[in-house]
Amino acid sequence: MRQALIPVALAMVLGASPVLAQKTASQGIDEYRAMLQDGNPADLFEAKGEDLWKQKRGPKNASLEACDLGQGPGVIKGVFVSLPKYFADTGKVQDLESRLLTCMQTLQGFDPQAIAKTSFGSGEMANVTAMATWVAAESKGMKFNLSQSHAQERVMYEVGKRLFFMRGGTHDFSCASCHGEEGKRIRLQDLPLLTKNPGDGIGFAAWPAYRVSNGQMWGMQQRLNDCYRQQRFPFPGFASDATVALSVYLGVNAQGAASIAPAIKR
Amino acid sequence: MADPMRIRAQASGDKAIVRVLMSHEMESGQRKDAAGKIVPAWFIQEITASHNGKVVMTSEWGPAVSKNPFLQFSVKGAKAGDKVSIKWVDNRGATRTDEATIS
Repeated sequence: MRQALIPVALAMVLGASPVLAQKTASQGIDEYRAMLQDGNPADLFEAKGEDLWKQKRGPKNASLEACDLGQGPGVIKGVFVSLPKYFADTGKVQDLESRLLTCMQTLQGFDPQAIAKTSFGSGEMANVTAMATWVAAESKGMKFNLSQSHAQERVMYEVGKRLFFMRGGTHDFSCASCHGEEGKRIRLQDLPLLTKNPGDGIGFAAWPAYRVSNGQMWGMQQRLNDCYRQQRFPFPGFASDATVALSVYLGVNAQGAASIAPAIKR
Repeated sequence: MADPMRIRAQASGDKAIVRVLMSHEMESGQRKDAAGKIVPAWFIQEITASHNGKVVMTSEWGPAVSKNPFLQFSVKGAKAGDKVSIKWVDNRGATRTDEATIS
């Protein structure tokens, strides 16, 4: 008799609670994120990045203070929300990280190919990430406004869009498999819909970010690298045209969204 | 030499809230590297907080504390303009001291 009652009671509990339980779980995660927000270790990388920017380094023993990130030499504030953009001196559309490589080459004499091949989080690659963190932080709260006036910028947008929908790899995945629909998630991480504006501080507007679970600071290039790893795709390469094109696509779609970078992630 | 800490100290009422962000690897000694060898433990062991040169808090930490740890505490009787300094010592004997002014 008692045994017969338990399944009924269980069924009632199960029937009534899923919606409620789901809500509290995601609210719990929001609370956890809010707690982490105070004391974001990205601050440490920001301080390191600012220091690196002003330091005389490299074979030419120069600082990066004369580096032009798109708004004139030495201008930092506001550049992050206007990148990637077309640069006349290199004749290429560049994102923040690839532009930093250009400056490290022309001003300081570093070898950009060698840095691009360095694994994330080590050597000069870690320094590029730290500087990207600082530059991004200087535009915190500003709204994305990417230029599409140059023909190259429009080409890159179209290329980025194609790459976003291009399926391949052992899983036949594209970026759109995970980011092409509303309400998708991987475990408890909400996946933003990136074919349109995902809103303030989501997707493109949230990187560079500090990953609590592994204690690493990630730039957008590393974020894209990991997306490709999850697709079982070979990574197109740090600062490659493919990753910049994807960034243009995401950045233009995020037009008007406020940047919260450097953010903090699980 | 270790990277500097970020210290924020703010007076509120009869106390000041101090927030400290430390840059440290905090290796637990439980992880293995790519070659399968154990990564030796490396963590902050001692924290000393001083207010105008007088020690107001000490604590002993272990390998369970996260990488790049965050510490928050309040100091009774601290006013704006006072100095707060934090010192850590890790299990390799490395140390770092940083100071901030309460705002």
